[in-house]
Amino acid sequence: MIRRVILWPPYIWLLILFLLPFALVFKIALSDYAIAIPPYTPTFDWADPSSWGATLGALDFENFQWLLDDPLYYTAYLSSLRIALVATVLALLIGYPMAYAMARAPAHWRPLLMMLVILPFWSSFLIRIYAWIGILSNEGFLNMVLGWVGIPPLSIINTNTAVYIGLVYAYLPFMILPIFASLDRIDPSLLEAAEDLGCSRTEAFWRITVPLSKAGIFAGCFLVFIPVVGEYIVPSLLGGSNTLMIGKVLVEEFFNNRDWTVASAVAVVLLFVLVIPIVLFQRSAERRDAT
Amino acid sequence: MTDDVFAPWNDPGQSPLIRYANVTKKFGEFTAIDNVSIDIFPGEFFALLGPSGCGKTTLMRMLAGFETPTSGIISLGGQDMGNVPPNKRPVNMMFQSYALFPHMNVWDNIAFGLRRDGLPKDQVAARVEEMLRLVQLQKFAKRKPDAISGGQRQRVALARSLAKAPKVLLLDEPLGALDKKLRQETQFELVDIQEKTGTTFMIVTHDQEEAMTVSTRIAVMDEGIIKQIDTPASLYEAPNSRYVADFIGDVNLIEGDWRGDTLHWAEGQTPLAVQSDAPVGKAWLALRPEKIAISKDQAKADNAIPGQVIDIAYLGNLSTYVVEIPGGQKIRAQATNARRLSRRDITWNDTVWLSWTSTAGLVLSE
Repeated sequence: MIRRVILWPPYIWLLILFLLPFALVFKIALSDYAIAIPPYTPTFDWADPSSWGATLGALDFENFQWLLDDPLYYTAYLSSLRIALVATVLALLIGYPMAYAMARAPAHWRPLLMMLVILPFWSSFLIRIYAWIGILSNEGFLNMVLGWVGIPPLSIINTNTAVYIGLVYAYLPFMILPIFASLDRIDPSLLEAAEDLGCSRTEAFWRITVPLSKAGIFAGCFLVFIPVVGEYIVPSLLGGSNTLMIGKVLVEEFFNNRDWTVASAVAVVLLFVLVIPIVLFQRSAERRDAT
Repeated sequence: MTDDVFAPWNDPGQSPLIRYANVTKKFGEFTAIDNVSIDIFPGEFFALLGPSGCGKTTLMRMLAGFETPTSGIISLGGQDMGNVPPNKRPVNMMFQSYALFPHMNVWDNIAFGLRRDGLPKDQVAARVEEMLRLVQLQKFAKRKPDAISGGQRQRVALARSLAKAPKVLLLDEPLGALDKKLRQETQFELVDIQEKTGTTFMIVTHDQEEAMTVSTRIAVMDEGIIKQIDTPASLYEAPNSRYVADFIGDVNLIEGDWRGDTLHWAEGQTPLAVQSDAPVGKAWLALRPEKIAISKDQAKADNAIPGQVIDIAYLGNLSTYVVEIPGGQKIRAQATNARRLSRRDITWNDTVWLSWTSTAGLVLSE
């Protein structure tokens, strides 16, 4: 009995903070656009049963149809997935060696290194991305330093390069921490055993270290990929007009065009796009627990 | 020395397989190994025995190539191993933690080293099957290491390290994680496998019983120094120092002034007669508990001293009597319980006589 009660809070949490908002958004996505406040029709009122029929009667999927008709939307989805994939690969390539160095560092250094990875979380995400504008802008810190060395200035801000820098910077800790955790668990005598049985150091790394850190690599990649697909702040602050990401499209649709119905449809589709990798992640985690 | 006794260390015609020559290893200021020289011969089961931290594992790891000596030379089959990396040495190691690869099943673990040698598939398979048969694990070939018992993991580790048919197999506390009963069985299995394969084994252990059971010779180590290298029987019967006498088995040490034929050990007490050619001076008489007889009446023996029983440890087959002798020293004497407990005639606080012959003990001057 008590065990069941303990299980309630997460379900209540999920109901209030996920399912209810999702139902609201889904309802708007199924409504029609209207010049009104709020800008959709029919409005729905739980207290007035007569409006239920109107809502039901107006049900159609034209907003979703619209997403398919206008190439902007599916190119934005694809572009988001591509940017998230590239950012994840970059974060992996940078994060793995950092996690490896942390795991191999002397024990008394590790808390400090761990602290350095976590430290950025102590300040606001928004402020840190603003700081990157200061670094990357045309008259920014980076070009100032390059000027001293005598290298012509780079124009990075408002390009996809800036977006990648921002994304990798912001999400790197989510890559490093799970990989570090899995590398830290590897018994060092396994590598000695591999060498003893005829592996060179490099071969031992690929045959022992990498397979045994696979769990951390998977976790890190999903933890970076999933939020980056829907990321809004980094592309809108660091990206340019040609940076196409679905989060940005959604905000523009909602606030600039005041088209709540299409924006809601975009949000619903985004959720389903993300559900696939989340389910994959869960299943790979379960498989690992099972073995 | 007759021909059928295995004792290549006594044969000047034999050349050693492994040679440590004046090897020293320092970690910063700490000297882990201090000028050690050992010769180990082909076919030996050689034990490095000592308390934890005495340097025995370091000494073994230097042969495997995981540590580099600060000075001195380690050679294998006459070849200096100084610049040979661990993966190129004809030596395999069985790790204390077994170090089985958790992401591979038993079969792949055993095949790992063979595959690194680029052996053709059918040869790898044949060798792995042979190894599985040797350690009787054919049924478990497809299991992952975490799905088998501790004793089975130990055998997989052994099979994996023997698969490449190394010239020398190094065993680092190989039985440390097993319970006592399994450990004793496995000791005999190890000896059996060593004889079957003819491989030279080198074992690191802190368990003197284990070292005595399995090895041809034992090096007793303390604080980076080799105290004595000898066969188990010689170490027990003829230790060269109090340290070795105390480490190998149980011993009573009586301090006194050695005058060449008698040890003067306490004011007003009859000196103890011992046959020994130890140099005269301050010395200790080392006496094993089982070599001391205990009786209620004064026995006719070379040495007899009275005392009072202050403790009896009943071990089932044996009893150890702790007897306080004049001067206050406590001597342990051991007797087999040939009679039923109820008929035992010696009990607490009894006055008894301890006696032993002049050849029972050993005079040690260090």
